[in-house]
Amino acid sequence: MCGIVGLFLKDPKLEPQLGAMLTDMLITMTDRGPDSAGIAIYSSAGKGLGKLTVQSAHPEKDFKDLDGDLKQAIGAPVAMLVKSTHAVLEVPLGQLEAARSAVAQLRPGIKVMSSGENIEIFKEVGLPKDVAARFEVAKMGGTHGIGHTRMATESAVTTMGAHPFSTGSDQCLVHNGSLSNHNGVRRELKRLGMTFETENDTEVGAAFISHKLQTGETLGNALEATLTDLDGFFTFVVGTHNGFGVVRDPIACKPAVMAETDQYVAFGSEYRALVNLPGIEAARVWEPEPATVYFWER
Amino acid sequence: MQTFDLSKEGLRALNSSLHALKGQTNMTAWEVINPKGAHAIAAGVDAPVDITVRGSTGYYCAGMNKLATIRIKGSAGPGVAENMMSGTVIIDGDASQYAGATGRGGLLVIKGNASSRCGISMKGIDIVVHGNIGHMSCFMAQSGNMVVLGDAGEALGDSLYEARLFVRGSVKSLGADCIEKEMRPEHIALLADLLKRGEADGKARPEEFKRYGSARKLYNFNIDNASAY
Repeated sequence: MCGIVGLFLKDPKLEPQLGAMLTDMLITMTDRGPDSAGIAIYSSAGKGLGKLTVQSAHPEKDFKDLDGDLKQAIGAPVAMLVKSTHAVLEVPLGQLEAARSAVAQLRPGIKVMSSGENIEIFKEVGLPKDVAARFEVAKMGGTHGIGHTRMATESAVTTMGAHPFSTGSDQCLVHNGSLSNHNGVRRELKRLGMTFETENDTEVGAAFISHKLQTGETLGNALEATLTDLDGFFTFVVGTHNGFGVVRDPIACKPAVMAETDQYVAFGSEYRALVNLPGIEAARVWEPEPATVYFWER
Repeated sequence: MQTFDLSKEGLRALNSSLHALKGQTNMTAWEVINPKGAHAIAAGVDAPVDITVRGSTGYYCAGMNKLATIRIKGSAGPGVAENMMSGTVIIDGDASQYAGATGRGGLLVIKGNASSRCGISMKGIDIVVHGNIGHMSCFMAQSGNMVVLGDAGEALGDSLYEARLFVRGSVKSLGADCIEKEMRPEHIALLADLLKRGEADGKARPEEFKRYGSARKLYNFNIDNASAY
């Protein structure tokens, strides 16, 4: 199964409530995916800053003095916000890659969840309400975000197996379904220089899209390519620094509902996830067509 | 009128109240408010009552319906009226995938569009869709009638048995063993009745439809293919 929720705000007045709205939507999708949950929130770090979101199984040890150590290693200011097993490190945008390499050296046990100008990803095993509370997602503001509740089929229930997967700067993907040709596609992407953290099928979908974007394709074209090159069942929701895309495989048995008003575009695996959004009664509500790419960019 | 607030009283209380109605009852009119996309609303009703759901529903609304008239004043999630036995289900909005699947009788009316697999394996139900239907609709449909005022998606009526399909608009593609057939006077009469009962008689005339059915080449055992089995 799995549940997906997504929200792309058009009205800046709603931005402070993004985390609260997404949390409510995510918790509604608990019975589609009680194994683990995750959320990607996009909000600007401010002028010239980038964000590295990291995770550790031993946060007390790994996050202790990490900001100081990292500052010394990259020779630039570092701000760190620790939230449970995750920490968000703000560094000058130009130093983001250097910070990523330095973190890997300084704290080998740490995993990078996401990196970019706007993105933060928080994900853990456990019920969506517990995961959201742990990272205080409801207090977060932002421009757009994607959430996922997981019922695992293809790989183990672990933090790294939870969605969203981020395989490129400011990019993330969540998936409902299962891919059948992911091993072959992963091999090909590795040959092209992409790296993988897990054996998970969804990570291959994410890396496939990231690779297309790296080669200069538009988000629309990258999503189109999933229809020809990926085999299996999928409803994907993808986030980029300024946008939000949706694509379903041609069979389209994995459910999807969308709603649009002047204030937002929303995605839910089921209509239930959307019922508390403002103005939903008057929203245009529709089911995205199979093998059809939808995306919104600001 | 019995008004039931689903957000306060819960789904189990609603469905057990409805299941308690057997045969003739004085509580013939029911209204369900705040459905909020909940699953299995008014599934398994077996009484001649009239139920109006004020909003959109989740999976399997009106599933296995017998005798009841169920109106959805919104859109319906996957599997609406699945395996309906008799009665009527009327959806004002759209219906998600496999609406009316395996339905054995009664009438399902969808005033918006239906998505994929509408009427899959239908076995006697009549379905009237005012808009379009998605891909793989009427797959292995055995009997009953499908009426579509709009267009049909890919692979309509794949591996069809004896259901009759009437489409007014375009058909993206026909599935294996599904062919266009002649509209005879009895089909015009049947269609006129279905359009009337499906609240669509002001929207379309029977003469505007094409009929599709089984070529009957696939479902009979063919001795020449014995080696393939």
